[in-house]
Amino acid sequence: MKTSKQIGKPVSRLEGNLKVTGAAKYAADYNESDLVHGYIVNSTITKGKIIAIDESSARKISGVIEIYSHTNRSKLPWFDILYTDMDAPPGTPFKPLYNNQVLYNGQPIALVVAECFETSRYAASLLKITYEEETFETELMMRLAAARNPKKGMATSIKPLPPSPTGNFEEAYEQADAKYEGEFFHGAEHHNPLELFATTTIFEGDGKLTVYDKTQGTNNCQIYIANVFGLHFKDVRVLSPFVGGGFGSGLRPQYQLFLCVMASLELKRNVRVTMDRAQMFTFGHRPQTIQRTKFGASADGIVTAIHHSAIAETSHFEDYTEVVVNWANMLYPAKNTLLDYKLVPLDLFTPMDMRAPGGSTGLHAIEATMDALSYELNIDPLALRLLNYSERDVSADKPYSSKELKACYLQGAEKFGWSDRNPEPRSTKRGNRLVGTGMSTGIWDVIALPAKAKAKIDREGKVKVTSAVTDIGTGTKTIMTQIAAETLGISISDVTFAYGDSKMPLAPIQGGSYTTGVIGSAVKAVCTALKKKIFRQAKKMKHSAFKKVKFKDVVFEDGKIFLPNKPNSAVSIKSVVIDNEEKVIKTSKTNIPNLLKIKQYTRAAHSAAFVEVEVDEELGVINVTRAVTAVAAGKIINPKTARSQILGGMIWGISKALREETLTDHHLGKYMNTNLGEYHIPVHADIHELDVLFVEENDEIINELGSKGVGEIGLASMAPAIANAIFHATGKRINKFPIHFDALL
Amino acid sequence: MKAESTDRENNNDFNLTTSQVKLKINGNCLQLNVLPWVSLLDAIRDHCNLTGTKKGCDHGQCGACTVICDGNRILSCLTLAVMKNKSEITTIEGIADGDELHPLQKAFIKHDAFQCGYCTPGQICSAIAMLKEGKANTREEIKEQMSGNLCRCGANTNIIDAIIEIKNKGNYE
Repeated sequence: MKTSKQIGKPVSRLEGNLKVTGAAKYAADYNESDLVHGYIVNSTITKGKIIAIDESSARKISGVIEIYSHTNRSKLPWFDILYTDMDAPPGTPFKPLYNNQVLYNGQPIALVVAECFETSRYAASLLKITYEEETFETELMMRLAAARNPKKGMATSIKPLPPSPTGNFEEAYEQADAKYEGEFFHGAEHHNPLELFATTTIFEGDGKLTVYDKTQGTNNCQIYIANVFGLHFKDVRVLSPFVGGGFGSGLRPQYQLFLCVMASLELKRNVRVTMDRAQMFTFGHRPQTIQRTKFGASADGIVTAIHHSAIAETSHFEDYTEVVVNWANMLYPAKNTLLDYKLVPLDLFTPMDMRAPGGSTGLHAIEATMDALSYELNIDPLALRLLNYSERDVSADKPYSSKELKACYLQGAEKFGWSDRNPEPRSTKRGNRLVGTGMSTGIWDVIALPAKAKAKIDREGKVKVTSAVTDIGTGTKTIMTQIAAETLGISISDVTFAYGDSKMPLAPIQGGSYTTGVIGSAVKAVCTALKKKIFRQAKKMKHSAFKKVKFKDVVFEDGKIFLPNKPNSAVSIKSVVIDNEEKVIKTSKTNIPNLLKIKQYTRAAHSAAFVEVEVDEELGVINVTRAVTAVAAGKIINPKTARSQILGGMIWGISKALREETLTDHHLGKYMNTNLGEYHIPVHADIHELDVLFVEENDEIINELGSKGVGEIGLASMAPAIANAIFHATGKRINKFPIHFDALL
Repeated sequence: MKAESTDRENNNDFNLTTSQVKLKINGNCLQLNVLPWVSLLDAIRDHCNLTGTKKGCDHGQCGACTVICDGNRILSCLTLAVMKNKSEITTIEGIADGDELHPLQKAFIKHDAFQCGYCTPGQICSAIAMLKEGKANTREEIKEQMSGNLCRCGANTNIIDAIIEIKNKGNYE
């Protein structure tokens, strides 16, 4: 079997066996001996001060070891910079147990540590906390007048603020032949990975800690812990080999990590702290956002004027931002634009990236507005997109590094059967249900970051490649193995990709759909460096056929090095390693993207979603009966895991459009449905026929692999397509997500 | 000023005693001494050190803790260990026959029926017991009967494809 074609093969997940047998260990699965348990106590008020904590009842319970609060916590640094993690927005990071101030409802205010989990939980329920309450505001709609520009910082360099206005929007909109003006809203959403946030800290002594944490960045947590607790980086080892879902929730160190490590250092014991499901609603979330659009077009369907504004919540201590309004002009080349993005600080925790942050928010408004315009113009929604198709990103005045969105539109429409559509709303019925179809465009940017990897090959010909990166279920282990195997021309079974350990080479946090490109490029680079080293060794061998040969002239395939025109020159790489006196050949490499080159281009993945819904008008029940998403994301490393990523994104789209929403009681400043019974996500019975197709896309700019990542793009186009299909089915345009039956009755 | 107080006053005499619970888990007879407030889930995970069974909500809402108890799928988080004295329990660690995976485990890998893997033990235990219940014959019925097991990654269609494959082959005993 040729080993040169590992990239593009539908390899089953290499950790599959561990996951189907229960052997995969997550952060709360390390039952170290002498383990004690911490249970977190959260504020029940929204804003104010803690006056007193009566611990007397709790301390009487046998098995309670210690109770930590702001009154007796470890000595902590007060410099903000020491609490700043890789994903911290501009502002002052939250410091758990720092003082008696309560900044939001659900803020962790104490940790009860006991010999067993049940005792810690019971004792936590006995704390009597006296507060002094202050007035607060948690409702975005009540504070719109306070909207202001976001602060600039590291985060806004990756998530650019809106471009300046172009042309004359007001005049162009005034003169437009067809117009749509919409207001869009969604409330808070919480990531709710199925794994509860948990940390198990092993107290190793000598100032050393081993920390099993639920995170999307082992180095991020390592640096945070070392900084906050004044430990040496090398003495803090954070492991996260299995992560039970992330979706952005693990991009920042969460407070259970801080509390667990603090208790371990104080008690000099092994400690586990696990959140309960309600506590999973007490940190970052997708922010409530209100958007307004005004799009104008000429009678022949050319969009001439785009106004898109968004106002989102943030906390009073950090300015979390998303890219919400920048996308419309990247997709549709109108010459008159007015884009605006503002924040309103509220008495809530800082929002956080949640799958397709900003993109899924903004595209809802943009693509529903385009859909509405298509009906105003009496032009098919897909035809309107094609009329306004641009090969160039007009908003940045740059070419795309690659853009096969047109192929997504055409192939997706073909597979879905879009041409059979009766354009008239309310025109189709199936039994007593109205049937509608809708479509939407998706776009997500491609981020390039530096990353390091190591590789070594032993005398058996087995290669081990390492990176500190996590695998949150995206298939990272599998695709990195494929990339390494293909680069080295060996079989997948001869490669081990080890990951999820801060001791391994530095990796950025796993998010933004960039892990394939960023870590994959580092893996390719280190394996190329390893090949060169193996080749140099091969040249030194007795009777080597490569004495006067250059590296670029040889081929690595099937575990051998050879000159393509001289098959008998072949030498197995294993024999080269055996010939090497040091037994293994190893190397490391930091891959640094060529920013000068890539910054000349706009880099984005694209998608087109086509959706059919059935609406029972008497009951208001909405079902997504079938959907096709066509994706252009460059090179697909593994079509099996990539397809699953897109399916997952589509199901998130169904959830976003029709199910999930964190409801707030704004009188109490408190989330109300903080459990999986009332925070609705789709169940198996809600999911019907879903289809994914990847279009061919060749990109030689973005990274060494030409791969764009597929984590968010499946979600980006799905939710608006559902809203548009509901309009086609019912004639009702509902711009508030999620769309519940009451909106249709 | 507002005082938050709990109803649980006068707990000075708080005193629980352990009970002996005999369980046959994955064919092994175990004798546990557990306090009455220990859930079967925590007993399995912390006392038996079988951490394959997962806690996703501790409320009976997500299905991650599903185990097979005396032939029936149950939510181990809503069950106290002391309620199951002398029961026979199969957890995810007992589904395979030694190194030979159960057909459903193989089908899960083949159909990529998981991403993060956290709901997987519950999905597999639930599906095996569900098939034996014999109530679900169509894809729609299987989806309905499996709806107590949430998957946040969105592997839903792949999970149902895997279950249907082994149902059609009839090799789920």
